[in-house]
Amino acid sequence: MRKLALDDTILLSIEKPARYIGNEVNAVMKDKDSVDIRFAMAFPDAYEIGMSHLGIQILYDMFNRRPDVWCERVYSPWVDLDRIMRERNIPLFALESQDPVREFDFLGITLQYEMCYTNILQLLDLSGIPLAASERGWECPVVIGGGPCAYNPEPIAEFFDLFYIGEGETVYDRLFDLYKACRKEQTSRREFLRRAASIPGIYVPSLYEVTYLEDGTIGSFVPTADGVPETVEKQVEMNMTDAPYPEAPVVPFIKATQDRVVLEIQRGCIRGCRFCQAGMIYRPTRERSLDCLKEHAQNMLESTGHEEISLSSLSSSDYSDLAGIVNFLIEQFGNQNINISLPSLRIDAFSLDVMSKVQDVRKSSLTFGPEAGTQRMRDVINKGLTEEVILDGADQAFHGGWNKVKLYFMLGLPLEEDDDRRGIAHLAEKIACKYYEIPKDKRNGKCQITVSTSFFVPKPFTPFQWARMYTPGDYLGFAKTVNHEIKAMKNQKSIRYNWHQADVTLLEGVFARGDRRISAVIREAYRLGALYDAWTEYWDYSRWLQAFENTGVDMDFYTLRERGEDEIFPWDFIRIGVTKAFLRREWNRAQASEVTPNCRAKCSGCGAAGYRGGVCIENKG
Amino acid sequence: MKFIGHLDVMRYFQKAIRRAGIDIAYSEGMSPHMIMSFASPLGVGLTSDGEYMDIEIHTPITSAQAIEALNRVGVEGITVTQFRQIGETKADRGMTLVAAADYELTFRSGCKPKGDWQSGISHFFAQKSITVMRKTKRSEQETDIRPMIYEMSVNAGTVFLKLAAGSAANLKPELVMDAYLASIGVEAEPFAYEIHRCELYADTGSNGKRRLVPLGDLGTDIE
Repeated sequence: MRKLALDDTILLSIEKPARYIGNEVNAVMKDKDSVDIRFAMAFPDAYEIGMSHLGIQILYDMFNRRPDVWCERVYSPWVDLDRIMRERNIPLFALESQDPVREFDFLGITLQYEMCYTNILQLLDLSGIPLAASERGWECPVVIGGGPCAYNPEPIAEFFDLFYIGEGETVYDRLFDLYKACRKEQTSRREFLRRAASIPGIYVPSLYEVTYLEDGTIGSFVPTADGVPETVEKQVEMNMTDAPYPEAPVVPFIKATQDRVVLEIQRGCIRGCRFCQAGMIYRPTRERSLDCLKEHAQNMLESTGHEEISLSSLSSSDYSDLAGIVNFLIEQFGNQNINISLPSLRIDAFSLDVMSKVQDVRKSSLTFGPEAGTQRMRDVINKGLTEEVILDGADQAFHGGWNKVKLYFMLGLPLEEDDDRRGIAHLAEKIACKYYEIPKDKRNGKCQITVSTSFFVPKPFTPFQWARMYTPGDYLGFAKTVNHEIKAMKNQKSIRYNWHQADVTLLEGVFARGDRRISAVIREAYRLGALYDAWTEYWDYSRWLQAFENTGVDMDFYTLRERGEDEIFPWDFIRIGVTKAFLRREWNRAQASEVTPNCRAKCSGCGAAGYRGGVCIENKG
Repeated sequence: MKFIGHLDVMRYFQKAIRRAGIDIAYSEGMSPHMIMSFASPLGVGLTSDGEYMDIEIHTPITSAQAIEALNRVGVEGITVTQFRQIGETKADRGMTLVAAADYELTFRSGCKPKGDWQSGISHFFAQKSITVMRKTKRSEQETDIRPMIYEMSVNAGTVFLKLAAGSAANLKPELVMDAYLASIGVEAEPFAYEIHRCELYADTGSNGKRRLVPLGDLGTDIE
């Protein structure tokens, strides 16, 4: 039996001890003396959240295929255990071996959302690793970050030795081989980092220097050592079908948020919504072949014993053989008591038909993401969905027996006016009217329309990266306008309205487009006790305001300011294929409410074709 | 394994049965679930090598095959030791039958009471009645637990307990031990006990005479 890092009395006194004991089905055990590299893969949030993340399962599987690497998992200790570990000086440990993270060669931290940044400091702190990368030597693991937030790593650059920009499938082998060579040659840590910087996709923040202009914007961003490239190239797996996929993902004992097999059918999105970062950074859209998906589905259900399988992609309806995969799942697994979950489907005759086969129509709800309330605004954001399509989809669904509809919108978008906000209420009302047009005896009681709005956060590498944000008061005013208008609708009793907190949005905005000066604020907020900021019950805005004040950093500079056309952004050194010129063109088209066609309809020359694959070459022989 | 709660152990077996390819029966209705029930849920913190669950299967499978298949897809710490056929009525279910359980209780290292804490056990067990305050969901109430203690002895620091279990009467080993220690003027530290469940029994006696048989003995191997 493995010896656990925590003794029984601790495990019995904390919430969900199973978060910390490892030994789950399909967890990989190795002899630590038989490997050269020990990699601790961390998700800076609670176990149940982290265990639901596909990316980590992919990398965990891929790394462990190498006989010389043992990859283990680490999650943020919950606040109850956090306190005990600090009181008793218990170092953070990895789940499989239960060994301290500090003894590892690498600590990889996935960056999925901005509000986990203080949890990164918690992981380092509890591990006994200095927060600043500059204070670390070979006695500490190499701390590497990756994931969507790594597309602007600057606010947390100080805490990382390396960032991996892009998809993990491509150059980790090179990094591991380099690490082994450097340790064998006994090079300095700095020398290892210098050499790593020449691997495509690897960014070493300590080897770049930033200067600022008088107005606070960036003056220059340059490498400080020979052989370090000026730009870092995003990594893309161009052969999705043959790329490694975890045939036997780890199955948690306790229920994770995503308690099912996840089948990633494609990466990228052809739509080009102007607010969406994923839609730009994962270009070009690449599909996995139907045969490979069938095989993965079968293997993963067998190896996990899960009773549900879900498709994953940014827009499943755009998968070129959606009917093929969906019909396969229904025919193959539908009679084995396996649930089939089909998120991110466009509502049309096909999707309504398959959904009625895989779910209980009376209990389930339909989801639309119009994102904006008026056609003008939907054109501004380049969301192709028209009112006609939405109403038609809702009408078909209501006739098919559904009576619950969820609608998602954003508020605080560029060029948005009060009319657009009120338009949200009007759209919900029109949908309700569609329902009540159905004769009473043919419908199923009242309809339930849930309207949810989130506040828009401008993200790097999107056409809206130049946009300004608003104050918390402004945001709440926007929500109030919507709420007020909904209350004035005839069918207001059938419409429910939820809106998000405004102050978290501001912080997300600061982190999303911040520069290196933000790291001082994160460090200070952590010192003041900020942790688990993504959890409403631990979120404390006043602590963050205090941190800005203590560090003398002006939040408004990052949020309320529309960026100039020529401004150098903190993330400009990263090349994602999609060019800044294209994004600027899209920004200008937004101002004119001009729609840009999707990648399949017409190539708009975004720059991603440089990767020579996916949708960019689909119909070109 | 002792840190996995009962519901999660059930989830574990639901998935293990799928991985093992055992053709289990499902309930009818819109959201079918596996027909599976545990004789007696094991609390978090307890270890055991006497757990029983009943399942209903469609396609016959031999005991040896089922044990092999379930252990092949299992984790360290959970082992299937028997797979036996039982009757089909509700009265044959482990949950209905369970009447008693054996426990071994030791003190976690560093938590042992000072001095001689063992020699009073035989006297404690010899009492006609043992009244304790029992907490229920709503209130606290005085109960005589002596009738629910079938055996109690100590050997080299390990306390053995045979206690009533099941829906009619159920007694937790820590409650007995707390009561004993209180009777000799000792208060145990939190989490002081390590408790191991050894066996679950059905009562096959009649006319008020107890005759305890391990649940596993009631079934027959499938050849």
